[in-house]
Amino acid sequence: MDKLLELKALSVGYRRRAVVGDASLELAPGQILSLIGPNGAGKSTLLKTIARQLSPLSGAAYLDGRELSQMPEKESARALSILLTHRPSPELMRCRDVVAAGRYPYTGRLGILSREDEREVERAMELVGVTSLAEQDFTRVSDGERQLVMLARAVCQRPRLLVLDEPTSFLDIRHKLALLSVLKTLAQEEGLAVLMSLHELDLAAKVSDLVACVSFGRIDRVGPPEAVLSGEYIQKVYGVQAGAWNEAFGSPELERPKGEPRLFVIGGGGGGIPVYRRLQRQGVPFYAGVLHENDVETPVARALAARVVLARAFAPIGEEELAEAEALLKACERALCCVTAFGPMNEGNRRLLALAEERGVLERV
Amino acid sequence: MEKRRYAAGYALLCLLVLALMAVNLLVGSVPIPAGELLPALLRPSGGGDAAAILWRMRLPRLLAAALLGGALSLSGLLLQSFFNNPIAGPFVLGISSGAKLTVALTMILCLRWGMNLSSTALIAAAFAGALLSMGFILLVSGRVRRMSVLIICGVMIGYICSAATDFAVTFADESNIVNLHDWSLGSFSGTGWASVRAMTPVVLLGLLFAVLLSKPMGAYALGESYAASVGVNLRLFRVKLILLSSLLSACVTAFAGPISFVGIAVPHLVKSLFRTSRPLVVIPAAFLGGAAFCLFCDLIARTAFAPTEVSISSVTAVFGAPVVIYLLLRRQREGRNG
Repeated sequence: MDKLLELKALSVGYRRRAVVGDASLELAPGQILSLIGPNGAGKSTLLKTIARQLSPLSGAAYLDGRELSQMPEKESARALSILLTHRPSPELMRCRDVVAAGRYPYTGRLGILSREDEREVERAMELVGVTSLAEQDFTRVSDGERQLVMLARAVCQRPRLLVLDEPTSFLDIRHKLALLSVLKTLAQEEGLAVLMSLHELDLAAKVSDLVACVSFGRIDRVGPPEAVLSGEYIQKVYGVQAGAWNEAFGSPELERPKGEPRLFVIGGGGGGIPVYRRLQRQGVPFYAGVLHENDVETPVARALAARVVLARAFAPIGEEELAEAEALLKACERALCCVTAFGPMNEGNRRLLALAEERGVLERV
Repeated sequence: MEKRRYAAGYALLCLLVLALMAVNLLVGSVPIPAGELLPALLRPSGGGDAAAILWRMRLPRLLAAALLGGALSLSGLLLQSFFNNPIAGPFVLGISSGAKLTVALTMILCLRWGMNLSSTALIAAAFAGALLSMGFILLVSGRVRRMSVLIICGVMIGYICSAATDFAVTFADESNIVNLHDWSLGSFSGTGWASVRAMTPVVLLGLLFAVLLSKPMGAYALGESYAASVGVNLRLFRVKLILLSSLLSACVTAFAGPISFVGIAVPHLVKSLFRTSRPLVVIPAAFLGGAAFCLFCDLIARTAFAPTEVSISSVTAVFGAPVVIYLLLRRQREGRNG
């Protein structure tokens, strides 16, 4: 595959102090690469350097084999456009005017839009879905709409590489999805390369072809999202406790309640998740079981329960696991059952429920 | 839709300028009947008293008011683009006062040594003073981002320069001091054809260069990062803006003294009229608007308390300052930083 953007041993930072050193990376047309990593790791600095807002300390970024920092501004402006976290608030500019600002590298001495420029502006607004905002004052639309208008501006600049710094921050879920799906369209249908920083790991996993983790002063790991966003690695990079990153859901879990459990939750099939969450919020420590290894609620239980009794995937609950669960249940003063249907696979849990009833500790969920 | 609005706006401004010019020609301590205006204008030498008054006094004065008013408004617009803030202007930032100080000093020195001061030298002196004030403001703006602090600094510079000018004027013992005193308060009175000939190329070239800067100015409105990303050479652009706005306000100060608030009020009114901040539209319009505004204010300065003339700055302040206060309050309400 040919590469559009290539970083070769690029060091970036301020005043000769490197924030990210020795970064090497390749990005092909049509690919979306997300930079993840903790706050202050240098994602923005790296993006700013690639977007020519900062000079590299050493090494270089190449666009189509040419060193970016040596290219004439006019040329790089036709190949690379940006979307920054800083939201401008110009006076008396309609959204259409803001989008049209992206045509700067193509217009003449006075910046008058040609017929073709006008077409590009319309196309960009349509593609991003902000045509209906065109005549509105830019400072009067919502944050999410403003971000989409700024994206349309970047699109109408007709770049081959789009660089975005935390494009989804402060947006509601609808605008996040709108923005990311536009990026997907741009990459797949127009062959744009997209390089962005994202804080939402779940979104990074869904939208990116490649994820690069900026941490420990370097690009620590690059690869497909499933390879980079593994639970243990995320915990190490962000310095959070084990289980805090729910890999299956791509979302974080809060800390498990502390103390000696007095409550046993019989779970399975997903019904336990809200119960585990509620107990976490109330600060009540609990045991959970018996859950199959591949059960949808197992990752949550693992993160939140003091102990989880596990059964092998696709196998009926065995006598050994049942005995373990029964021992824990007997030590508890309360029990909850979140399971409504029993069959051959979770026959053990039915016996557990019977035991709880017999001991008179079962409470309604 | 917007093209029709722009055309209407320009038509209105041109009409306003022409009408005010006509009124300025007709009205004065010696009123000229409307019927005599055209014959007197067509025959400069042989038209009797009316022609003499028109050609020696009123015509050069109104041309100066129009040109310098336009220059002042334009200078304000450029500074607003530079600071990305509608409350920037040559007067509140102390640039006019800096120019005033160097012009006064140059004038006094030349009088003392019996030298004749050419218009070009006058503009050069004013330009140097404007750049000095501007340099100081830029130094401060590197440290503080808040426009309100910057304006307070500008006003302070203005006071310091005015005080220094007053000292110089007071201790200079020349017969020309009366003129100097009038000038240091701001006035178009006594403008002759020589001054008009000197200022015209400077101001019109300034307008032309400003129009040529309109493209990067538009990009700069979205912030320097975005401007740089579309290919604006930031350093060069900033230098051009500073030099041009300083030159325009220096030219005004050199010939008419410091004139307050035009640079903020007129661009704002023009942008509101056209409902856009697009530089290519607003730059010529602000020039016309400034011309109309100063023609109007000079008319009042001449006639309100005739035969005594009021300084032009007093009149522009009466009409301009409320606009500035309104702008400050609006920004406060919108929760932006000064």
